[in-house]
Amino acid sequence: MAVPSHMEFFIDQNRCIGCQSCAQACGECDTHKGHPMIHLEYVDRAHSTQTTPVVCMHCDQPTCAEVCPADAIKRTGDGVVQTARKPRCIACNNCVLACPFGVPKMKTEFRLMMKCDMCYDRTSAGKKPMCATVCPSGALFFGTREQVEQLRPRSTPVNQFRFGNQVITTKVKMMAPKVARAEYVDVTAAMEEQDIGKSIFLNILSVVEEE
Amino acid sequence: MAKIPDQVNNITERFGPHPAYGAGMRLATNFEPDKIVKTHCCFCGQQCGIQLKVKDNVVIGFEPWEDFPFNQGMLCPKGVKRYLQSAHPDRLLTALERDESAEGGFRPIPYDQAINRVASEIRRIQSAYGADAFAVLSGASLTIEKAYLMGKFARVALKTPYIDYNGRLCMVSAAAGNKKAFGIDRAANPWSDILKAEVVWISGANVAECAPITTNYVWQARENGAKIIVVDPRITPVARTCDLFLPIKPGRDVALFNGVLHLMIENDWLDHDFIDNHTVGFDAVAEHVREWTPRRTAEVTGITERAIRQAAEMWGEAKSSFLLHARGIEHHSHGVQNVLGAINIVLASGRIGREGCGYATITGQGNGQGGREHGQKCDQLPGARDISNPEHRAYIAKVWGIDEKEMPGPGVDAYEIFRKIDRGEIKGLLSICFNPKVSLPDNNFVARTLDKLEFYVAIDFFLNESAHHADIVLPGSLHEEDEGIVTQIEGRVIKINKAIDPPGDAKQDWRIIQDIARVMGRERGFTFNEPREILDELRVASKGYIADYSGVTYEKIERQGGVFWPCPSENQRQEHMGVPRLFEKGSWNPIAKGAGPFYFPDGKARFNVAPYTPPAEDVDEEYPIILTTGRVVSQFLSGAQTRRIGPLVDQYPEPRIEMHPRLAEKLGIEDGDWTTVESRRGQITLRAQVVTTIRPDTIFIPYHWAGAKSANQLTIAAQDPISKIPEYKVCAVRVKKAEAAPDLAGGGRRA
Repeated sequence: MAVPSHMEFFIDQNRCIGCQSCAQACGECDTHKGHPMIHLEYVDRAHSTQTTPVVCMHCDQPTCAEVCPADAIKRTGDGVVQTARKPRCIACNNCVLACPFGVPKMKTEFRLMMKCDMCYDRTSAGKKPMCATVCPSGALFFGTREQVEQLRPRSTPVNQFRFGNQVITTKVKMMAPKVARAEYVDVTAAMEEQDIGKSIFLNILSVVEEE
Repeated sequence: MAKIPDQVNNITERFGPHPAYGAGMRLATNFEPDKIVKTHCCFCGQQCGIQLKVKDNVVIGFEPWEDFPFNQGMLCPKGVKRYLQSAHPDRLLTALERDESAEGGFRPIPYDQAINRVASEIRRIQSAYGADAFAVLSGASLTIEKAYLMGKFARVALKTPYIDYNGRLCMVSAAAGNKKAFGIDRAANPWSDILKAEVVWISGANVAECAPITTNYVWQARENGAKIIVVDPRITPVARTCDLFLPIKPGRDVALFNGVLHLMIENDWLDHDFIDNHTVGFDAVAEHVREWTPRRTAEVTGITERAIRQAAEMWGEAKSSFLLHARGIEHHSHGVQNVLGAINIVLASGRIGREGCGYATITGQGNGQGGREHGQKCDQLPGARDISNPEHRAYIAKVWGIDEKEMPGPGVDAYEIFRKIDRGEIKGLLSICFNPKVSLPDNNFVARTLDKLEFYVAIDFFLNESAHHADIVLPGSLHEEDEGIVTQIEGRVIKINKAIDPPGDAKQDWRIIQDIARVMGRERGFTFNEPREILDELRVASKGYIADYSGVTYEKIERQGGVFWPCPSENQRQEHMGVPRLFEKGSWNPIAKGAGPFYFPDGKARFNVAPYTPPAEDVDEEYPIILTTGRVVSQFLSGAQTRRIGPLVDQYPEPRIEMHPRLAEKLGIEDGDWTTVESRRGQITLRAQVVTTIRPDTIFIPYHWAGAKSANQLTIAAQDPISKIPEYKVCAVRVKKAEAAPDLAGGGRRA
């Protein structure tokens, strides 16, 4: 049993409404029941309601596995990076510190690193991950490339991320707007005539426009 | 008699709210559930399909129901964690009687003894003061079968005109506006029409937090090319990425709609053919909005002229559109006028009754739609009939097997019931599915009136804060312990399926009502053996009028994934499938009888002149800041259920006061500071949350909490003259940094 290769996971931060449904449902998944593995945070609540759900990106060359001194973190043939193996994990926290996306969680009560495994019990049995099933805004989406191209014509899936000198390629895709404008959001922008160049089209997207 | 029998702390120590978390069977993964039941969420009006996992008569978890068409497996956090209300430590397993010597002020008593006491107290009060001295408060989270039975119980068994329901705080402005304009009160379109609209206009609806699954429809529309316009005093999550945001000053919505219509007329963005052939009253409205120039609209609404013009242009030039609104424009002393203003710009555009052309209020409660159709409203009889209409009375009297003269006339709205209690006109009260001490405005007044009752019986599954004042509490049923139908946000009738039996002495609510009727010696008409039998009677009672359910059956709902009413009786040749989209050209209805698509004798929709009046309590020097209230995604209404579900409590543990940094700076308040808000009715001290996502002249507090944390201590009981909805969305307050942390703070520990 493996996750079928034509089924892909897409994150669309632009759609996230911060409702926490993903995190609440994550703890209902049988592989880690009671322990949600998703992080969902406000980027800057003082200025925006933008939130970002973070699931494991399932890197092609997982940093967490590379830094593990006990070789406890395995990536299955279908590209899913699994929770640390219990007999091997020494709870050293290297993976937690090293992951550029901040995904692994150290569960001190089990002396074990646990992480999002794309709901392996569900996805390897033909179901969707719990979070991407319940997400009410479509910010987390699990389906085929054809589906996402048809449903999201305004965005392009990207799976390369640069962190300093490190370029990471991931199994999970991030939807990036095809046309993006980054603007400062303030409710007063449409209340007062201000000569500060603020557009009242508050079309705030998550990436900076390239010249 | 109905004073709280013990310290509130002692009552809550015994009866909660205590937050429940997954434990035991709910965390185990080494067994299969006994069964998985397809049903719906117990909370909001969207009524998302969900599958409940059951083991040993306990709901132990859920599985998404991806085949249900509305939500396709999607759920908000409330739906995800709703299963934790089953087998809850606070669950009432017996009847309770107030007893000041008992732990927590109540002692358990046998169910039959409690019913006897209720029946004898009702008899005593009614024989001493008259039938009108006893009132019933009901709710729109009940199934249609129960809601129907409550209306019948009040009129037939208690013979009192005084029944009303908590939809009075929710849907009535939209209902009244829709009836005036369209002759019918139902969402005009299925949500699938949102996906095909060029413009989606959202006024006063925090879609992402209050109807989360609707977000996906809105944003899929945008992916399909739609422009999204959001009108709200706050940048809510759905406003964050909209195309045009109009940060309206609370209480000024109709001014904006009038201003938009003014520009539509000026630029001839009108559907003349539709206006001429399918509406009446346009000229008077056109005359009225002549004075709503962009400048005046801007002055009143607090939105720039430029933004108003952009909104009018986007709306005016669209070929298809969907206008959505919710409590944000409805919770006002002129809520009906706000709704009529919205409908006027829809009618002027001619964009209704076609694919991709729609209009709807986003109904709030689980059965917000169905609960307002079948007679638990003070002026209404089943099928959306009118209790003052002689023909309607005669028809329902016949269905109920009573003399029409025995049927009481119209009663009064829910808040007026409390004023009658205060004046001593009403001495006894039965409440079900309603927590007025938290949910009504100026709720310190509500608490005082509860103290004046000679007898108060509450039916609930948890001891809600209003029930603290009760003489008898009867243990009712949770959503998953009964079956029945509800009508969701789109007008789709769906079926709630029973997953487990009520535990202990708890009973299905309709059985409790029938038990009271039986012991009172008024058994006739209250001998149903199952909800299906109640539905069968309702199908007859609703037949032939606007909200016609005569063709709705459990089987048809199952077969079709829901049935959109109206659904008249099945005829011999062809089964009626229901009507997903109202007002299509050539459609038939029992009022117009083929004259046109709208529910008036001439088949035409009505424009209504919608004048602007300021809020009942505008700001002044003494109270210079606007307070508006609303919801957060992890809590629901008065919180009687969601404040008992641990993971939802943790998500947003305490109410906070949202304010703009510009206001905060003026007041010397920093993010996280204890802050006191005072109105003419009460005061509250909570932590401030300083954010640029709200107008600087307005603060926001969510209302789900009780006691010292209850925002409704501040709100005003001003009501719309037509709908009687209270003005939750605007009152005047003053704000200052608190002198000290409040008692509730637990030693100042940060919430």
